[in-house]
Amino acid sequence: MSEARVDNAKTLDRDVVIRVQGLTMGFDDFVLMRDLDFEVRRGEIFVILGGSGSGKSTLLKHMIGLLQPQAGHIWVAGSDITAAEGAEREAILQRVGVMYQMGALFGSMTLLENVRLPLEVHTDLPREAMDAIARSRLQLVGLGAFADFMPSEVSGGMQKRAAIARAMVLDPEVLFLDEPSAGLDPITSADLDRLIQRLARTLDMTIVIVSHELASIFAIADRVIMLDKESQGIAAEGDPAVLRDTSTHPWVQRFLRRTDSDEERPA
Amino acid sequence: MDPPAAGSGQPFEYDATAGSPSRLRLGGRLDVHAVEHVWGVLRREAKQLGAGGSPVVVDVSGVEYCDGAGAALLHALEQDLARAGAEVRMEGVGRMVQEQLTPYRELDDMEPARDGSGRGGGSGLLDGVDSVGRAAYSLFGFVGELTRAIGSALRHPRQVRWGDTLRVAEAAGFQALPIVSLIAFLLGVILAFQSAIAMRQFGGEIFVANLVAVSLFRELGPLMMAILLAGRSGAAFAAEIGTMKVNEEVNALKTMGLDPVRFLVLPKVLAGLLVAPLLALYANMIGLIGAAVVMQGFGIPWVAFFNQVTSALSASDLFSGLVKAVVFGLVIAAVGCLRGLQTGSGAASVGLSTTSAVVTSIILIVVLDGVFAVLFYHLGV
Repeated sequence: MSEARVDNAKTLDRDVVIRVQGLTMGFDDFVLMRDLDFEVRRGEIFVILGGSGSGKSTLLKHMIGLLQPQAGHIWVAGSDITAAEGAEREAILQRVGVMYQMGALFGSMTLLENVRLPLEVHTDLPREAMDAIARSRLQLVGLGAFADFMPSEVSGGMQKRAAIARAMVLDPEVLFLDEPSAGLDPITSADLDRLIQRLARTLDMTIVIVSHELASIFAIADRVIMLDKESQGIAAEGDPAVLRDTSTHPWVQRFLRRTDSDEERPA
Repeated sequence: MDPPAAGSGQPFEYDATAGSPSRLRLGGRLDVHAVEHVWGVLRREAKQLGAGGSPVVVDVSGVEYCDGAGAALLHALEQDLARAGAEVRMEGVGRMVQEQLTPYRELDDMEPARDGSGRGGGSGLLDGVDSVGRAAYSLFGFVGELTRAIGSALRHPRQVRWGDTLRVAEAAGFQALPIVSLIAFLLGVILAFQSAIAMRQFGGEIFVANLVAVSLFRELGPLMMAILLAGRSGAAFAAEIGTMKVNEEVNALKTMGLDPVRFLVLPKVLAGLLVAPLLALYANMIGLIGAAVVMQGFGIPWVAFFNQVTSALSASDLFSGLVKAVVFGLVIAAVGCLRGLQTGSGAASVGLSTTSAVVTSIILIVVLDGVFAVLFYHLGV
């Protein structure tokens, strides 16, 4: 990385919460994406789109520091997460919440205990306050009555919602959601969309979503980037509705309009 | 009010004024860090203000940022004041505070979907009887299915998944050779050394060969092999099948018309039956070598030691040890697989199944060893 890039990152625009610069990611000799550059602004709902195997979840894992890039840097809330270690890394991670694709709830704990866990680790609040906050977060995702259930006793969709409650229990600046709507019924999915919008609009939370649920994306996304496996880069970036109507990129058209390559595009 | 960026804003401050109505004014950033410090203090203030039932105004117009912890505090203050009999009015509630308070207020009117904790409850005795009954039912069902699968394998050996069986046999048998060698060698060394010290007083060092050979072949070889097999392979069987159960792979097998006992359990049980006697035999040999090495130090040459061993051992010693090893192998593999199939859901269940597989196997091995001792005595073996 050049010095110029570091200096550039230090003077991040206050409205930019995440900046990805020159990111190349892959596994061993295999390169998945090359030289990605994009920014996520404060308070926006930012969606990472792409086909299966295009590296959406891998990009998200790089953004939360679980994977190291082959090249490039990622600044989250002003700190370079690709270089951060120890206390600095922990400080960054306290400012983000993550919901994993399969929920990743701890099976030996009730939903309440799962949601309360980050509060126990990172705060000195009394138990009564931690319980109240955890219950309110469960209520926010419609699971207030199920606080004492074990994850194995609730459905997959409920587990996912509990995982979102856990991810936002510390009121993070950035909330990363990996496929939040996948596997949910349309009503729950629409409720979840409304919740995501509420979090972004009223609590100033920045939300980064990995998804390919088009209905949900058009409903809530402020901006999307579309990862293209073929070109190993970003095929398009911007408002999803605008991209759908104006983009001339054939793959973007096929993806957003759900047309086959030989099929005539709808008007 | 537009919410300010997280991390910005004035520090939290408050003041309480008694009067009619009393006022509790909050301002600045009402976030988790502020709440950590003022949770107890502010609630005491609120109780004092509300004492006697005088009206109290909670003024939050100065709150610039409120997170979930801040809302928890506001809600707790409301409840404290209401419990003290005070008439509470919240003033200057912005959109952010309102949004954060909503789930707390909704919870006030909500009944839990189920009473009590998620971890059981109910009457202890009935639950105990119920769980014993279920375990017995599950055990008999499994034994029946396994017997049927073994019978079917004997009638139609080509239907057995021999590739899987050999793969499991390699993992449970061949890959266990280093640890079995180490433990068996040390066992032989210790047995020989401890008995040689006592025997030397009577000039009978040569009879250490008899003692070690009979002990190893009849008892210690199969027993030690079984404990190692339970710890290595029984646990692995339970973890593998348990993880498959959690991932619904076992259900996938069932819906594809494949019997999990035939597909998953039978290869493991056959592998257990195959490797257990071989491992026991191998452990006996290595134990004898360990004992022979020690006896060199007591002036007993290799040839003399092994001549004494061959004269001391009878076919019944070898037979009884191998029969035990076969039964132990069967029990360890079957228990590992049974515990795997009984796995509930979640990672913790896999851990419980694995632990239970090892503990159950070791208890059964010791009990069966006692049964064999009595049986062989009455049979004159």
